[in-house]
Amino acid sequence: MKTFPTPEVLRRFPFGLADIAVILGTLALLALIAQLGAGTLVSFEPPNIVPTVDLDPRNLPYYAGRSTLRMFIALFFSTVFTLVYGYLAAYSPRAERVMIPLLDILQSVPVLGFLSITVTGFIALFPGSLLGLEAASIFAIFTSQVWNMTFSFYQSLRTVPKELIEAATLYQLSSWQRFTQLELPSAMIGLLWNAMMSFGGGWFFVAASEAISVLNQEYTLPGIGSYVAAAIGDENLSALGWALLTIAIVIVVVDQLFWRPLIAWSDKFRMEQSAAAEAPESWVYDLLQAARIPRMLGKLITPGKETLNQFLSKLTPPPATFKPDPSQNRRGDRFFNTILVMIIGGLIAWALHFISTTVGIGEVFIAFGLGILTLLRVTVLLLLATVIWTPIGVAIGFNPKLARALQPVVQFLASFPANFIFPFATLFFIRSNISIEWGSILLMALGAQWYILFNSIAGARSIPTDLREMADDIGLKGWQRWKKLIIPGIFSAWVTGGVTASGGAWNASIVSEIVTWGSTTLTATGLGTYIAEATSAGDWPRITLGISMMSLFVVGINRLLWRRLYQLAEAKYHL
Amino acid sequence: MTVTNSTDLITAEQISKHFPLPDGKGEFTVLSDVSLSVKSGEVVALLGRSGSGKSTLLRIMAGLIPPSQGQVLSNGKPLRGANTDVAMVFQSFALLPWLTVQENVELGLEARGVKREERRQRALKAIDIVGLDGFESAYPKELSGGMKQRVGFARAFVLEPQVLFMDEPFSALDVLTSENLRGEIDDLWNAKAFPSKSILIVTHNIEEAVFLADRVVILGSNPGVIRGEVVIDLPRPHDRSSPRFASFVDYIYTVMTNPEIEVTGKVVAKTAPAAVLSPYAKALPHARVGGISGLLELIVDQGTIDIPRLSERLQLAVDDLLPILDAAVLLGFAEVSQGDVQIKEIGRDFATTTILRSKDLFRQQALAHVPVLNSIVETLRGKRSGSMRADFFLDLWDEHFPHPEAERQFATAVDWGRYAELFEYDASENRLYLPEVTADLENTENQGS
Repeated sequence: MKTFPTPEVLRRFPFGLADIAVILGTLALLALIAQLGAGTLVSFEPPNIVPTVDLDPRNLPYYAGRSTLRMFIALFFSTVFTLVYGYLAAYSPRAERVMIPLLDILQSVPVLGFLSITVTGFIALFPGSLLGLEAASIFAIFTSQVWNMTFSFYQSLRTVPKELIEAATLYQLSSWQRFTQLELPSAMIGLLWNAMMSFGGGWFFVAASEAISVLNQEYTLPGIGSYVAAAIGDENLSALGWALLTIAIVIVVVDQLFWRPLIAWSDKFRMEQSAAAEAPESWVYDLLQAARIPRMLGKLITPGKETLNQFLSKLTPPPATFKPDPSQNRRGDRFFNTILVMIIGGLIAWALHFISTTVGIGEVFIAFGLGILTLLRVTVLLLLATVIWTPIGVAIGFNPKLARALQPVVQFLASFPANFIFPFATLFFIRSNISIEWGSILLMALGAQWYILFNSIAGARSIPTDLREMADDIGLKGWQRWKKLIIPGIFSAWVTGGVTASGGAWNASIVSEIVTWGSTTLTATGLGTYIAEATSAGDWPRITLGISMMSLFVVGINRLLWRRLYQLAEAKYHL
Repeated sequence: MTVTNSTDLITAEQISKHFPLPDGKGEFTVLSDVSLSVKSGEVVALLGRSGSGKSTLLRIMAGLIPPSQGQVLSNGKPLRGANTDVAMVFQSFALLPWLTVQENVELGLEARGVKREERRQRALKAIDIVGLDGFESAYPKELSGGMKQRVGFARAFVLEPQVLFMDEPFSALDVLTSENLRGEIDDLWNAKAFPSKSILIVTHNIEEAVFLADRVVILGSNPGVIRGEVVIDLPRPHDRSSPRFASFVDYIYTVMTNPEIEVTGKVVAKTAPAAVLSPYAKALPHARVGGISGLLELIVDQGTIDIPRLSERLQLAVDDLLPILDAAVLLGFAEVSQGDVQIKEIGRDFATTTILRSKDLFRQQALAHVPVLNSIVETLRGKRSGSMRADFFLDLWDEHFPHPEAERQFATAVDWGRYAELFEYDASENRLYLPEVTADLENTENQGS
């Protein structure tokens, strides 16, 4: 799909249209950031002066801009964190032993449950300014994005081809050169895809973190999320409609102007030594390629870049190939392990003590019971989503033309923040008297189901054509065909989708088991409600207990169920 | 202590290399007491079958991995890290796909802090030498395999190393391309225009070794030792059609197919292999039953065939052919002598009879000549259930081989055992079974139909 003149056409102009477009684009971007950035510094003294949200739709572009700025700041910090954490974990065996399990747990912790802790902390850090709230919101987005990215970066570093590492060692590349020429490039594609997916997921947390009541206090940041919150409070359906439209536009614009060009650019980091069949395309990337200004700027900074590279290379000598004696290491390792076990033991003891002295051990069983209820909802959701979306996904995946056309649509749906739809669903539940006990399953599914669809399509596409032709040839039909060909063929893709959907659903339970419309609040019994209520009441012991219980559920299910399914998929159903 | 000659560029002194086996079951020895030196102005080829540790030796001499015992001297100084006197050409090219040809070639110079303009000039010169003019700004994925390896050579040339290391540089290329590139490298060397003083090449291609090298060093397997060397005293360039060329090739084939023969010439070191106790310690050659019978069918008409000719006819590299030959010899289907392979009567029978009878023959030979299959069957018979977890057997192999090799041994044994109907293997349950009595099988089949 080409919506813009090709680079060849643009090159015909001497100092081309492309350059004018690039200049104008850059200026517009700078002006926009300056305008939005100024807003973050206004004074704020709770509880007297709290910024309010104006429901006039004309303010929406500004609010959307503020939210988007938050997303990008969070993305920046996520990237920095990813590079540092992933690098350390990949190159220090000791650090690896702590950092990777920790990452596994952090990935499973419900981000929304954390808001209460972070909001109070950040407000104390920046007294008298909105920056504290701003930082808390950015932190929430950050925690929703960063773990996936870090994991992908770590994995890529571990799988750099051996001969490339040997070449880098033999040619004495400094650690800096290794990083910029070998390690970062080989991780680039995975990192960008994960960043893009996580960024999509981040919109959900923007909406949830801009307007939040913590410790009996209402906090509001100007942004599209608080606009929606205000519209819900006001029972203003048309404002909600406008917000929905705005967020859809923002997602498409960010995708076209930011992610597509990056993905197109990153195609050159593909490891395969042969040209790819279909390279990703982006008209913005073509435009930048056609323009001269970026290249001229590039030439201008080359000498500076060169000096900087040489300087950094001098600072970072090549890593040693001859490692020190392992027996010495071993004693250090034992010491390190002992310390580690003591810290973990101490933390568990502290948490148990904290809970037993405040709410009592009995509360643990209550929380566990609520966890089971939420688990039931997640399970029903996964089963329903599988039954409904897998056949549709397979049908799409078997039709390459349809799959290519629908892939961006499904990607869009997956990154569309489901909580923008919640008010409509809530209204529907109230009008039609559907119990939220069941309705919350639908709310959770609004976000999570797309992962099942998305992966079913991908799985079906990966089934080789000759296998499908064979199935036609020997007359496999109906359930037989599903049992022998399709289910085994899409199994590993389904597992990937399932684990993501289940993680998303647990997180979403905090906002979907308790929903409001105007003055009506619908409350379902479950762990999500438990955490949400404890958070707004500022009940620290119950917040701690609720979050720990949910993390325990998620980690436990990952270990007991998903990991096993994943191994089964790897061992038996690998195509 | 070896006295280093003034013309020795790189010397490996009594190198041994062990890798720890999993679960602390001791060590696996890859190289045992190997000494080798590369002199100025010579081309040395390291020739050995897979598992002889030839690539490991090359990497130790390049300073990429440390030896367990012994040391490497480079220009008289002991090596403590990556060897700066060496540049390497890799089997898989090892080019960074996101850098252009020019940037790939400049990589090593950049690491040495060479200024940009000088870097550019030197890289262009190296690219020119390998004949890639005009491709400076191409990315590796736009190039064919042969051109990629030319970039690999240019990247090594530009550093003007004392010794150029090549790790099977032509084996990832198709026959014609590798022939062409090998010839060009040889021309460059013969024209005295080569950017390094010496070459050390690792290969498993015997003709390639005789064609390129002044000296062919032959490594033996398990553990890797130097069996000896053959000096190729032919005028350069080595003429393939000369009878002496052919006799060198024949001689080396003979040596390589007979691990027991002593390699004449300056024999450097020879250690007796350790006494074999467990049937699991003796490595099975990795050949599929289909491969063995295919090979026998091919030679059944002639009866006797020259191994180099066989290799040529099959378009199979020695590394792939030798295990099949070994298996045929081990099972008593064929004999190898003087670079020829000769089929035995039972081998002829095996290759020509019906599938059921050939299974019987295979079972008979396997039980007679392959102790490890016997041992597995005995173990299974000893169990009342007639079955055993596969891990049990893998553990036995693990005691003698690194884990990946133990798994390959297991896979080969399962392939042979299944074909001979000695035992069955259920991959999902990961168990070995004695086959059920055939009568039972027939009964159930009758009921089913």
